[in-house]
Amino acid sequence: MKVLGYRLPGMSSLLLWGLLWEIVGRLDVTFFIPPLSEVFQTLFSIIGTPAFVKAISETAYAFVVGVTSAIVIGVPVGILMGKSRLLDELLLPWVNIFLSAPLTALVPVLMVLFGFGMKSIIIITTLFAVWIIILNSRAGVMQINRSLVEMAHCFGASPMDAFTKIYFWAALPEILGGVRIGVIRGVKGVIIGQLLISIVGFGALFELYSANFLMGHFWAVLIVLFALAFTISEFLAYLERRVGYYASKR
Amino acid sequence: MRDDEHDVEYAVSVRDVSKNYGDVEALKDLSLDFPRGQLTSILGPSGCGKTTLLKIIAGLLSPTSGEVEVNGKTVTGPGPDRAFVFQDFALLPWASVIRNVAFGLELRGVAKSERESIAQKYIKNVGLSGFENSFPHELSGGMRQRVGLARALSVDAQVLLMDEPFSAVDEQTRRKFQEDLLSLVQQESKTFIFVTHSIEEAVFVSDQIAILLPRPSRVSEIIKPTGIRNKGTDNIRRDPEYLDIVDRIWASLRSYVE
Repeated sequence: MKVLGYRLPGMSSLLLWGLLWEIVGRLDVTFFIPPLSEVFQTLFSIIGTPAFVKAISETAYAFVVGVTSAIVIGVPVGILMGKSRLLDELLLPWVNIFLSAPLTALVPVLMVLFGFGMKSIIIITTLFAVWIIILNSRAGVMQINRSLVEMAHCFGASPMDAFTKIYFWAALPEILGGVRIGVIRGVKGVIIGQLLISIVGFGALFELYSANFLMGHFWAVLIVLFALAFTISEFLAYLERRVGYYASKR
Repeated sequence: MRDDEHDVEYAVSVRDVSKNYGDVEALKDLSLDFPRGQLTSILGPSGCGKTTLLKIIAGLLSPTSGEVEVNGKTVTGPGPDRAFVFQDFALLPWASVIRNVAFGLELRGVAKSERESIAQKYIKNVGLSGFENSFPHELSGGMRQRVGLARALSVDAQVLLMDEPFSAVDEQTRRKFQEDLLSLVQQESKTFIFVTHSIEEAVFVSDQIAILLPRPSRVSEIIKPTGIRNKGTDNIRRDPEYLDIVDRIWASLRSYVE
């Protein structure tokens, strides 16, 4: 956008909203909204404290392991579903059901099955992320140009070659799209898991701060989480754009 | 079997091949021989099973009955003795020109430096020097098909199968391609099988033209335009024999064109 002939950098409107927050905070309307400057002060003071470092490293660990397993499981399963009619018929209904299901409702069951710890949180993260990755990889494979497959067959590609040199790359734009949405859902999964189990990571922090009405702390942690999720999503969108040049020409 | 006359003279033989898709008979008892070292066109109206026949020869489709022999061996699937040039080029859009050209060799496990030097040679042959590191989307349609052609040449198969290779390029590029194809047939001692729906193109480039008529497809006629072959590319199109053959083929096809 241009204002008075000057080109504003992206997301400069956030400044305006930040200002509004600051004013509302200064007016002391509610204890729930402390001034933004105070939130940032708290943020800098709690970053580096052992409790915060522990929370963020636990969350990162659960998130990375959960999302990685979702990708490692989701991409091959999706590609195989796209290639095999039988597998597709068998698995597609489940994928669709789980994609739209309110997975939060499953969390208590998972806690009973896998205990009140890291394992449950990782599994919840994976469950949040994996379905859309499967579905997108499948869609990527299904729109593959038939003659690319015939070409590989003609020049003597083994099934493994076809998988790694044709199907994977042809489906890559969709796969990355799926991974991006999967990762965003994974962020939800890891936080929801921690909140419901609430003895590890940010779940424990949130519990602590909100129980003690430490709203500055609460908002500070929330801003960190939002910023992290947004950064990851933008990074994946950047990767997606890098393969976009061939997305329309397969 | 080696000294059998058939094996010496014909690189590819199609014997009594039928292909049914459900109740639809695409090909019926089709037999056709392809002389070694020559270019045979398969010409016919759309829907006459030209591409089906070519894909059966390639081993991409299996016939309902009958068999195809390449160099005396029955075809059971794709093999290194045949290479395919696709109508829509079938290039890997994420790979550079040189990787695309070397892709057939890559699948055969040829080492990278070796396959790239072979690819380099054929890239030069088809006139794409300097574009080794370009990507398909940066090339024109004609240049893309040159990449497809270089890929098929670089695996050094004896039989080259071409499925309407010039139909997706513009008319001027197409003429250039046809002339290049003639010199290619002379240089390379390969057998070319060329599917087309253009009568002029078939007469211009072929040593032998097999005319397929549809539903169910069979070979209705084989024409050998031998008289015009040695007259030079500049003279063929105004040669009376060329014009006669084009007219004759049109006369026999016109009733099948909707």
